[in-house]
Amino acid sequence: MTAPLPPPRLLPSGDAAITVEFSRAIDEQANRRVLALDRALADAPIEGVVETVPTYRSLLVHYDPVQIGFDELGERLTALAQLPVPPATKTRRWRVPVAYGGEHGIDLEDVAKTLNTTPDDIVARHVAGDYQVAMIGFTPGWSYLSGLDPSLQMPRRQNPRLLTPMGTVSIGGVQTGIQCLAGPSGWHLLGQTAVRTYQLHRNPTFLLEPGDAITFYAVDGKEFAEQDLAAAHGEFVAELVAS
Amino acid sequence: MSKLVIAAVGPATSVQDGGRYGAQRYGLTPSGAADRLALAAANCLVVNPPFAAAIEIGPLGATFTARDGKVRVALAGAGRNAEVAGRPVSFNESCTLNDGESLTLGFVRGGTFSYLAIEGGVKGEPTFGSLSVNARAGLGSPFPRPLQAGDILDVDASAATVERKIELPAAADRPIRVVMGPQDDEFDEGKQLFLDSEWKISATSDRMGYRLEGPVIEHLHGHNIVSDGTVNGSIQIPGNGQPIVLMPDRGTSGGYPKIATVITADLGRFAQIPAGVGFRFAAVTMAQAQAEAREMARLLRILPGRVREMRHTDLNDALQNANIAGAAVNAFDSGTWQTWSLPEP
Repeated sequence: MTAPLPPPRLLPSGDAAITVEFSRAIDEQANRRVLALDRALADAPIEGVVETVPTYRSLLVHYDPVQIGFDELGERLTALAQLPVPPATKTRRWRVPVAYGGEHGIDLEDVAKTLNTTPDDIVARHVAGDYQVAMIGFTPGWSYLSGLDPSLQMPRRQNPRLLTPMGTVSIGGVQTGIQCLAGPSGWHLLGQTAVRTYQLHRNPTFLLEPGDAITFYAVDGKEFAEQDLAAAHGEFVAELVAS
Repeated sequence: MSKLVIAAVGPATSVQDGGRYGAQRYGLTPSGAADRLALAAANCLVVNPPFAAAIEIGPLGATFTARDGKVRVALAGAGRNAEVAGRPVSFNESCTLNDGESLTLGFVRGGTFSYLAIEGGVKGEPTFGSLSVNARAGLGSPFPRPLQAGDILDVDASAATVERKIELPAAADRPIRVVMGPQDDEFDEGKQLFLDSEWKISATSDRMGYRLEGPVIEHLHGHNIVSDGTVNGSIQIPGNGQPIVLMPDRGTSGGYPKIATVITADLGRFAQIPAGVGFRFAAVTMAQAQAEAREMARLLRILPGRVREMRHTDLNDALQNANIAGAAVNAFDSGTWQTWSLPEP
């Protein structure tokens, strides 16, 4: 019999959601517990739970207060969250192509200068990483990945950009990420992928799930253009590797 | 099939329904009407499901014209001058536009959003079960963007002859109630300052968030937290110490500490506070907030039962009775002559 895990903190997010917090910091063990609780709720739904939003360190549980109250739901979530984390049985692994540098990644040179190395070395270190989708948030398909090489950690830009391109692959703090839609960002732009993590009339609309494993590989501008065309027609472009 | 032509419209006017739930885990925000009670009231008047898609109308004026047949509509939410072909139109009542007639709306008074429901609803292709406009994600139907002058909506031709009216409980004149948290422990004196101060909604607010103006709320440990999930009504305190209340087009996650959350029952009332008008927050317990949420759910459930038909003959009867009884009846003041009957089951 394994000792129960330490209980999470239950933080009220108004009268219709609970934040189940496992850590205040970015923490891979906490993220595993977040994803395990999310899976447990998907496998054995609690009546009244409407939807869940996994993040790095907490699971936001939206519920209907007409069907279940804070105290009862909180007790049930606490009990579930203290069960041993089962090993992930089937992790999906994706290979995601990235065109690094130049017009696709306008910060690559500056990142290399700041870290006293070459752009090729930055790409090599980024491609070598074994990443996991820790959370998806902010805008549709914006996938935050854990597993960045600590030597690539850099503070966010002083002045966030108001518009960064769709498909941008960037680094910020201890994180790297794939954004789908064009939008604001304070991260450093290393490259661009043709993969659409969100595409409305494709099945599935959202390609990645929290918990998916990700590796990147470098492509040149010509390959990017071909992949971009294919992706625009609904192809995944990212390869699903059996695991 | 009739048409409703958007003849003139200001910004912040879009098709909204009950919202798009189930994909917040992928970063897709729910959108949906900012004032759900007003949406439901407008829909009930034209016998639509309460959270069917309607037109959420921002503060500026607007004109809607019926084409190719009659169109029945109903207005609810923030009041404003409204007329059809020179006849004044009341809020919380349905009215019918004859072919070619226009409904003309003035600037909003004492609120932010009005809701125009259309009999038969808005025709469109739902995504994730919703027609609500989310312009950033390219979602919403029939147009994935706010409405523009010249847009045309396909609508049902109305054959109805009886108009309907609904009486709603008066909006309470009291503070906006909040549950403290989820990150109220990131603040010390800031919590009391937040609850003790008068706030105003900034003119730079939108459906993503209402920015508040007031005293500066200081953080205990800085303004960055590791991003976590947000809800409608989350009150973030960014670096400048001026709160942002997250609205239905919010980001699904955010990295600023959230001092408190507006209770579900007060979200609509909060959304309707006009920019520049002072208001206060008050903390309630979770038990109180959930009791209010259940009461709001009950009100929404019984709303169709509060709708009353306005009989065709009401005016004649009232005038005739007036002659006999000598009571003062003013044909232009509906309050003196309308009588109500329950709708057919």
